[in-house]
Amino acid sequence: MTASESTWTVPARGPVAMFGLIAAEAAIFTIFVVAYVFYIGKSQAGPQPKDVLDAPIFFTLCLLSSSLTIHRAVEALRKGRIRSFGFWWGSTILLGAVFLLGTASEWHRLIYKYGLTIDTNLFGTTYYSLVGLHGFHVVVGLLCLSIVMAFTLLGKVGSQHASRAHVLSLYWHFVDVVWVVVFTVVYVIGR
Amino acid sequence: MVTETIALPAQQIVSRPIVDKLHDWVTTVDHKRLGIMYIVYALIFLVIGGIEAAIMRIQLIRPHNDFVSPQVFNRMFTMHGTTMIFFVAMPLVFGFTNYLVPLMIGARDMAFPRLNAFSFWMTAFGGLLLYFSLLGANGLYGAGNAPDVGWFAYAPLTSLAFSPGHSTDYWTLSLLVSGFGSIGTAINIIATIISMRCPGMTLGKMPLLAWLNLVMSGMVLLAVSPLTAAQMMLLVDRFLGGHFFDTQAGGSAVIWMHFFWIFGHPEVYILVIPAFAFMSEIVPVFSRKVMFGYPVMVGATVAIGFLSMAVWAHHMFTVGMSANANSFFVLATMAISVPTGIKIFNWLGTMWGGKIQFKAPMLFCIGFLFQFLIGGLTGIMLATAPFDWQLSGSYFLVAHFHYVIVGAILFAIFAAIYYWFPKMSGKMYSEALGKWHFWLFLIGFHLTFDFMHIPGLLGMPRRIYTYEPGRGWEIWNVIVTIGVVLQALGIVVFVCNLLLSYLRGKPAGNDPWDAWTLEWSTSSPPPAYNFATIPAVKSRRPLWDLKHPDDPDWKYE
Repeated sequence: MTASESTWTVPARGPVAMFGLIAAEAAIFTIFVVAYVFYIGKSQAGPQPKDVLDAPIFFTLCLLSSSLTIHRAVEALRKGRIRSFGFWWGSTILLGAVFLLGTASEWHRLIYKYGLTIDTNLFGTTYYSLVGLHGFHVVVGLLCLSIVMAFTLLGKVGSQHASRAHVLSLYWHFVDVVWVVVFTVVYVIGR
Repeated sequence: MVTETIALPAQQIVSRPIVDKLHDWVTTVDHKRLGIMYIVYALIFLVIGGIEAAIMRIQLIRPHNDFVSPQVFNRMFTMHGTTMIFFVAMPLVFGFTNYLVPLMIGARDMAFPRLNAFSFWMTAFGGLLLYFSLLGANGLYGAGNAPDVGWFAYAPLTSLAFSPGHSTDYWTLSLLVSGFGSIGTAINIIATIISMRCPGMTLGKMPLLAWLNLVMSGMVLLAVSPLTAAQMMLLVDRFLGGHFFDTQAGGSAVIWMHFFWIFGHPEVYILVIPAFAFMSEIVPVFSRKVMFGYPVMVGATVAIGFLSMAVWAHHMFTVGMSANANSFFVLATMAISVPTGIKIFNWLGTMWGGKIQFKAPMLFCIGFLFQFLIGGLTGIMLATAPFDWQLSGSYFLVAHFHYVIVGAILFAIFAAIYYWFPKMSGKMYSEALGKWHFWLFLIGFHLTFDFMHIPGLLGMPRRIYTYEPGRGWEIWNVIVTIGVVLQALGIVVFVCNLLLSYLRGKPAGNDPWDAWTLEWSTSSPPPAYNFATIPAVKSRRPLWDLKHPDDPDWKYE
């Protein structure tokens, strides 16, 4: 009995819960993606995707490479290299912020140059909802990352926090994967 | 030393002001208190939703009745459906899961106690938001108060043109808010079951209640989230001028149906799987036998979990889908009756040859078995597309799903309340009143819902506020309404039983049923920390092993 107790291990609750959240979020995004695909080409008036959308390759590369930097950050934290962790973690925040700037400039162009808003037509409704929902998740992720960054700068983060940083990085990877789907649907299939 | 031992009980006797006690409950993160709050909250809404049903039945007792106006009738069936699903059934399920899962798997709390409290209050405020519509929805439009678009709120009825004012907004927001609560709880339950099990409790040794609620929580993640997404879209349409469900601008009303029923059908299984869980804990104890076919039960539940995601459009046969789509959803729906049927044999096999004790929980379980079987059979009838074309949207359909939701789910919940009431309160309920409750409710249920099938077969549509005489519907509607009176009496007996037993009941002791799962090994009610020492288990029935060291289960499993 004591032998089985000493070898008794259960999965850590943090990643389990994060995978649960990711499953729920994936279902929400699935519904928005289905709506986007279903309504491609059904707008009766106003700008069409092929007229106004350009694939944001640079900003996509920024977001995707932020997955790599956050991975390096967590690895560094596991090994207790706090300065290295701070560098990679900060780079992740920077790359995420650049991506948001890209979305902002695209929306500005669409609204002021082409007059496309959420109530213009079906394309506007589905586009702003899907890209906006993803952007909202990037914002939430950046807020969480920034809190960790603030604690890092205050010198309060150590290798004992690596598992928590890992949980947060799972969320960030998910946000990146969702962008791959959104990019494919909005800028490749939908154009 | 002596003064200390005298002072301690004296401190405990001092009754604290009620504000302090209330403060403890409001700020608690204890899974047992939150579980009880879920259950009490749901029972209050059960009474409210029941009153709404009674108002509808009084209106329909005779042709051309004018007990309520058509507008009020529309609000009643909308509020009744929304309340019963989202603010009665879901909180009851989550309440029991919250209370029981940590106790059954030998943990001291849920994996995330504060998330747990957050989820409860989201659900609670969601319900308040729905009912606040009675005060707040009129707005400047004078456009009516409570939501009146039906519980599945088909587009385009929910658009601003047809639902001015804020009644539909309250409906949307209350479901969105309580949906976040449900997702939070589901994540918490999954993390608790996977990561908080006590030493020795491998997945194959978990109580079936934990197993089934693990599947249920996974389904909540995949099924409630689409509803959340659909509500977001509806909000975009109503507040930002979007066109998701706006047919004038090329949007689709049918896609709302798909999105709603992708939630709506798994939701039925989300509610009934915990009912299966109660059955699987209670039937063995009152049959004095181990559960028959534990691995099959788990496998059938997982199969139901998968299949239930692929049957939603059987709610939409009358919409007009392609023949291929119809065939697919007919076959998928037929297929799901196979694992469901297997479970019936699991419980029958458990009872077979057992020394059955006909106490109140067991009576409700037996009622469940019969009624779930009949509800399932009418379900198979309605799964046949041509049959559904005739009877979808009639009282036959209403009778079918009430057979499942009341006859099966609510009966199992009553069984669970009686079974675990001694654990939760520390007091024994009155067996006599419990039997009165059972028989009154059973007879009332069958008067109402057996005879409700017939006006449906005769063509009476659901949701009509009145009808013409001379169609042969009158007598059936009278019988159906009489059944409601008996059910209401049963509920009165039930509430009296709970209140009287809580105030004056005999002490129950730790293990009144001579049961086998871990929650019965701690005191009644359990201390805040559940277990002084974390237990270690070697079989599916740890308390049996403890009581029978000469013949423990782990030798055979």
